[in-house]
Amino acid sequence: MNEHLPILEMKNISVNRGGTLLLDISSFLIHEGEILSLIGANGAGKTTLLQTLSYLLKPFQGEIFFRGKKVETNHSVLEYRRKLAMVFQEPLLFDTTVFNNVASGLKIRGMKRGEIRDRAMKQLERFGISHLNDRSARTLSGGEAQRTSLARAFALQPEILLLDEPFSSLDPPTRDSLIEDLEHILQQTRTTAVFATHDRLEALRLSNRMAVMNEGKILQIGFPGEVMNHPVNEIVASFVGVETILTGKVIKRNGGTFVTSIDGREIEAVGDAHLGETVVLCIRPENVTLSTRPSQEGTSARNVFPGRIVKIISLGLYQKVHLHCGFPLVAYVTNHSLEGLSLTEGKEVRASFKATAVTVIRKGES
Amino acid sequence: MGLILEGIKKAFYLLITFDPEVMGITLLSLEVSGIATLISLLIGISTGVTVALSRFTGKRIVVSLINTGMGLPPVVVGLFVTIFLWRNGPLGFFEILYTPTAMIIAQTVIATPIVMGITLAAIQQLPQKLRLQILALGATRLQMVWVLIKEAKLPLLAAVMAGFGGVISEVGASIMVGGNIKGYSRVLTTATVMETSRGNFDIAIALGIILLLLAYFINLVLTQIQQKERPR
Repeated sequence: MNEHLPILEMKNISVNRGGTLLLDISSFLIHEGEILSLIGANGAGKTTLLQTLSYLLKPFQGEIFFRGKKVETNHSVLEYRRKLAMVFQEPLLFDTTVFNNVASGLKIRGMKRGEIRDRAMKQLERFGISHLNDRSARTLSGGEAQRTSLARAFALQPEILLLDEPFSSLDPPTRDSLIEDLEHILQQTRTTAVFATHDRLEALRLSNRMAVMNEGKILQIGFPGEVMNHPVNEIVASFVGVETILTGKVIKRNGGTFVTSIDGREIEAVGDAHLGETVVLCIRPENVTLSTRPSQEGTSARNVFPGRIVKIISLGLYQKVHLHCGFPLVAYVTNHSLEGLSLTEGKEVRASFKATAVTVIRKGES
Repeated sequence: MGLILEGIKKAFYLLITFDPEVMGITLLSLEVSGIATLISLLIGISTGVTVALSRFTGKRIVVSLINTGMGLPPVVVGLFVTIFLWRNGPLGFFEILYTPTAMIIAQTVIATPIVMGITLAAIQQLPQKLRLQILALGATRLQMVWVLIKEAKLPLLAAVMAGFGGVISEVGASIMVGGNIKGYSRVLTTATVMETSRGNFDIAIALGIILLLLAYFINLVLTQIQQKERPR
C-alpha cells in the first residue's frame, strides 16, 4: 500500500438514530486502488458505514476527509458525492430502458449527449448486457438487473465505488458469474472499492483488506488471511468461522488434484490451481479426523500429519481441538472420541483430512 | 323514447351548427375546470411530494386530513366559499361572488386534496432506498424530487385525471358560487340542471353528450401521455 495520503479518511465518527449508537469509529482509512470488504452480522453497522461514507447519512459528530480535504458544506457534499457511486442489494432501477438507466447518473450530472452515449455503451459492453439496451428494466432477471445497476455506477467513473451486499439477493450461479466479472473489471479499472457482505468467502475472494464490524464498531481491520487466522477476539473469531486458513504456493499437480506447500508440509487438495499459483486453503474443523494409531491403514484421507495437541476447548456437545502439525490445524471431536482416544493437551496424534474437504481460494500468480 | 330521440337529433343539430350559446358554455367549462385543475396540480403535487418525503411529528394527522379532503362534499365547499365571498363576508370586498373566478376558486378547493392525496400515495409507494440511490448517483435534492416524480408518472397522471374529472362534472358548488348566469357563469353542468328542470330535454341531452365527449377526449390525451413510452 502507498505511503502518501489515503484517498479517504474518517475521524471520530458517530452516528445516532433514536438514542442508539449506530456507528462509532475513531479512525478509518481507505487507500487508493484497494478493495476493502466490510463483514459482520446484520445490524453490525456495515450499511450505516457505507451510507455515512457517501454522506447519505449525516454523522452526529466527526469528520470525513477526501484526499485531505474536509467534506462539510452543502456544496462540498454534493461535489464529494459526485466522486462516488453506490450500488445496493436491490438493483433500484428506473422504469425505463436499460440504456437510460445506465445513462441516468450521467444525465444527472449534466453531461453532453454524445459523451453519455459513449460512456453508457462502453459499460453495457463491459457487463455483457448491450443486447439488453432497449429492454424495459421491469423485464430483467435478477442478474441482468444487478449488472445494469453496476454498469450505471461504473459509467460515472467513480473514485470510490461503494457496494452494499450487492450479491446477496442473487442465486448462486448468477452470483458466481457476476462476482467473477466484477473482480475482473475492478482490476482492469483499478477502482477503489468498499463493499459490505455477510459472506466471508466472498470477502476473502474479492478484497485485499478486510474489516470485521460488530455493533457499530470496527473490531479488526487487516489483510484477509491475517484477520481470519489471527482474530483479535472471540467475536471476530466466531464471525470469521472457518477455523483453519492456510496460504501457500502450489508445487505439484496430479490430474484433478494439486499439492500446496505450507510451512514445509505438503497438503493435497482438489482443484485446477496452476503450478506456482498462490492459494488459500480452508479446512473446516468437522472434516479433520484425529487418530492415535501408529499407521493409517483403512483410511482414504490423503492428508495425514503428525502433530501435537496445543489446546482443547469444550463446546458443549463436542470439543474443539487445536493442533500444531507444522501448521496450525483445528479439529472438532465428539466427547465420546475425546474419551475414547484419551486426548489431552500435549498429546501426539495423527490428524487427517481428505483432499476433497479442503476449500480452495485461488489467488493467481504473484 | 320519442323524447330521447328528439334530444339526440337536437344535440346533433346544435353541435354541427356550432350554436354560439352552446359553444360559449362549453368553452367556459373548459376554461374554469382547466384553470382550477392546473392550480390544484401546482399546489397538490408540490405539497403531496413534500409531505411524502418529510418526517415530522403529526405527519399521520396531516395525511388523514388530506385523505379526508379527497372526499369533501362539493356542496359543503360551495357553502364555505359562498360564505367567504358574501358581501359582508371576510373576502366580500373582492366582489367575486357569482363570477367564473369564484367557480375557479371552489373547483380548486375541491380538486386540490384529490391531487394531493393521490400524489402522496404515489410517492410513498416508491421503494425507500430509491431516494438514496438517486442521491448516491450525485443528484441534488431538486433533481431527486424530479426523478421521483417521473418514476411515479403513472399514478400522478391518474391524479391529474381524477382532479379534472372531479371538477368538470361538478355542479353543486358551481351553481352556488357561480349563479349560472347566462353568457357569464353558465357551464355545461349548471346549464344541464337548468334545462332539465324546464323540461327542455333535447338541449339537456345535447349538453350531456358534449360533456361526456369533452371528458372522454381530454382523458384520452392524458391516458396517452400516461401510457406512452412504455418499452416492452
